[in-house]
Amino acid sequence: MDTLTWTGTAGRVLLPALQVASIALAVALVAKLLFVLARLDGPRLPGPDGTTTARSPGDLASLAIRYSFFAALAAIFFMLVAGAVMPSPVGAGILGAMAIRFWPVWLALSVTFVVSVRFRRKLGLYGKLFDSTVGMIGFAIVMFWVFTAIFADVIITHDPFIQLSGLKNKPPGIAAPDSPYGWYLLGGDLLARDVFSRMVMGAREVLKIAPAATMFAFMVGITLGLPAGYFGGRLDAFISFLANLVLAFPVILLFYLLVTPEIRVTGIPVVLAALLFIFPIVFLTVLWNSRFHTDPMKRNRYVGVTLVLGLWAYSGLAFNMDPLGIWSMQPNMLNVFVSVVFVNSPGVFRIVRGLAMDIKTRDYVAAGQTRGESPWYIMLWEILPNARGPLIVDFCLRIGYTTILLGTLGFFGLGVSPDSPDWGSTIDDGRKLLNLFPHPALAPALALMSLVLGLNLLADGLREESLKD
Amino acid sequence: MGLFVLRRLGVMLLTALALTFVVFYLTNLQPNLEKLARTEGSVRMTDQAVQDWIAQNGHSGSVFARYGQWLGIVPGWTYTDEKGQTRGRCFEIGQDAASAPSHCGLLQGNWGFSTFFKKPVAESLVGKLAATGWLMLAVMLVMVPSSLLLGVLSGMREGSATDRTLSTFSIASTATPEYVSGVILVALLATAATGISPILAEYGLIEPKKTLFLASATSAMDDITFWNFSLPVLTIALYGIGYIARMTRASMTEVMTQQYIRTARLKGVPFRTVVMRHALRNALIAPFTVIMLQFPWLLNGVVIVESLFNYKGFGWTLVQAASNNDIPLLLACSVVAVVVVLLTQLISDIGYVFLNPRIRLT
Repeated sequence: MDTLTWTGTAGRVLLPALQVASIALAVALVAKLLFVLARLDGPRLPGPDGTTTARSPGDLASLAIRYSFFAALAAIFFMLVAGAVMPSPVGAGILGAMAIRFWPVWLALSVTFVVSVRFRRKLGLYGKLFDSTVGMIGFAIVMFWVFTAIFADVIITHDPFIQLSGLKNKPPGIAAPDSPYGWYLLGGDLLARDVFSRMVMGAREVLKIAPAATMFAFMVGITLGLPAGYFGGRLDAFISFLANLVLAFPVILLFYLLVTPEIRVTGIPVVLAALLFIFPIVFLTVLWNSRFHTDPMKRNRYVGVTLVLGLWAYSGLAFNMDPLGIWSMQPNMLNVFVSVVFVNSPGVFRIVRGLAMDIKTRDYVAAGQTRGESPWYIMLWEILPNARGPLIVDFCLRIGYTTILLGTLGFFGLGVSPDSPDWGSTIDDGRKLLNLFPHPALAPALALMSLVLGLNLLADGLREESLKD
Repeated sequence: MGLFVLRRLGVMLLTALALTFVVFYLTNLQPNLEKLARTEGSVRMTDQAVQDWIAQNGHSGSVFARYGQWLGIVPGWTYTDEKGQTRGRCFEIGQDAASAPSHCGLLQGNWGFSTFFKKPVAESLVGKLAATGWLMLAVMLVMVPSSLLLGVLSGMREGSATDRTLSTFSIASTATPEYVSGVILVALLATAATGISPILAEYGLIEPKKTLFLASATSAMDDITFWNFSLPVLTIALYGIGYIARMTRASMTEVMTQQYIRTARLKGVPFRTVVMRHALRNALIAPFTVIMLQFPWLLNGVVIVESLFNYKGFGWTLVQAASNNDIPLLLACSVVAVVVVLLTQLISDIGYVFLNPRIRLT
């Protein structure tokens, strides 16, 4: 079997087209810059007789930039499409073959987008996201990785742990005659495993922890930040001091101290987990109680369900003592999870505290106080819903930050099993031979970058749209 | 003002004590001490021997007392074995125990003995700190001007094409942690196999088999050159640039909507002058604090980049201390880190008050 080329058969036509478009784009960018510096960049204004004047050179350069950019984009797009309709990977090339492997993702993405755009007027802030280009691009990238994580089993071409002899550090597109698929699309790594499959599986590893850890950090931050901001005084001073203490720690030092095999023996992660995991239960219990305490039947129902489910999960996750054995977490996973939540919580606390201090001066809070509502009702049902905009934006940003933190942990080999396909440790594995074989490290690096970029763009779009209210 | 600084210094001291105690506690956990005993004594020690070693080398007893010894406010430990030889925290074997000082800790200038470098901690850390200092300086020189320029340019005309382009760049740079940008930069600029170095070599612009930049900064320890120092500096700076630029942009856009800017524009002052004279000074107050608070992040970046580029500075030392269970060295590293973080916080607060005429402390 032959080694695959990057673009396959279609590339023979489209690759030169892409080259021409890129060169045109570069020329146009330079021209635009020169025109701006030479002040030949005036806007196109209507003349005295109502017609528009001729375009300035700078304006023409902008047009050229736009069209060459779209031409380049179209060339890449057709390359992927042409690859995807080719029957065999040889004609499709590496890019096309990858596009084919991701078919469940494309399908799910298009369904999501069609449905969301169709009903966007009924979907609140989520629907408004589709009015912002930046937000839409960000959302698409994030959902791409989410669906990749969900459908990872279908997408991978090889078992991410299996080693095929003779494929150690081989370049992308190398033929793998002994395997059913036949090629290593992105080459082989240090231990002759498939880089492509490991990258896809890595998405699952990351997305299993990052959103959940961020959610827990938010529960902790909200439950502590609301009273600190609302009551102020000694309570605020005390919790703020603790939060600043954690924030003053260099993150890597904290990880080196908290995520080691030795510390698992001492039980400190379990204590931390017991402390941090109780917050969601407290939060929900107080949330229901403050709202429904006038209707004991309803209150008992809500609080009862929360307590039963919450404490059941709590016993399993924190102490690994779930009587039914459904909730459990591996010790090293728990260690990583707890440390990430611990590092993130003070940041959330500070934001929630600031928002609470700002919102508690509003009239509707005063109205609630005059009605005689309990402080917790005001905090959770008056202040929190009105702080949701900045919190949602920060949530997106913080998932990205958590992803970076997890990558850092993997990069230093902390808390993950040695052959784990998560992106951080794959980058760490790859960097040892970076000078000679950059591809095993580049694939996960670009994957991690695109996910975090997507989350940041999504946050930017959400911020823009939520400010429009 | 004086009272404010004093109170801040008090809180700082308290924070530093709490943080060092946490580090001391976590590094002196029983499993860590057992590991230390096995590396210092012998790997095949029995459990009893390990316990004895810990007790005989001053690692037993209350953690508070040991922390006090490390600080220098509690007398150092001594131990007399069955042969009548006395060892202790403050003196070597064979030295006269009576003439040695009773206290020897941080307050007396004794940082302990590094088991990894096999020499006193203070001595081994100074050189490393100097190396990191150069790195930090270079990063600051690259990062601050470029990020301010980016932020001001994009905040000057909100929503313009320049703004969109530069904002996208800043978002992309904040989305790229050091270990990602480092890998990409090396693959692009510093390998003879891929990237642009082979192309340049083909055109004869650089010598064949050479690369545009060096992927290892070890040689920069002795002699910093553009060739070996660019990539580490660029890698750290890139991650910070986006963040500072976005903060500057936010501050700049806010200033540009102010009444006095509109007044200046309406009275016919050229846009360039409005930006340079009226907007810039007010717009740069907020980024100042952001830049100061960026130092803790730089510390993180330094650890990653120094491991990635094999530059033996503070970050590299921290990683070695942590992975080799070198307790005194790790404690010293954390003291340095904590002091840097707290000092920059203090400077940022005080500087903000000085720069912003609207805030008066009474």
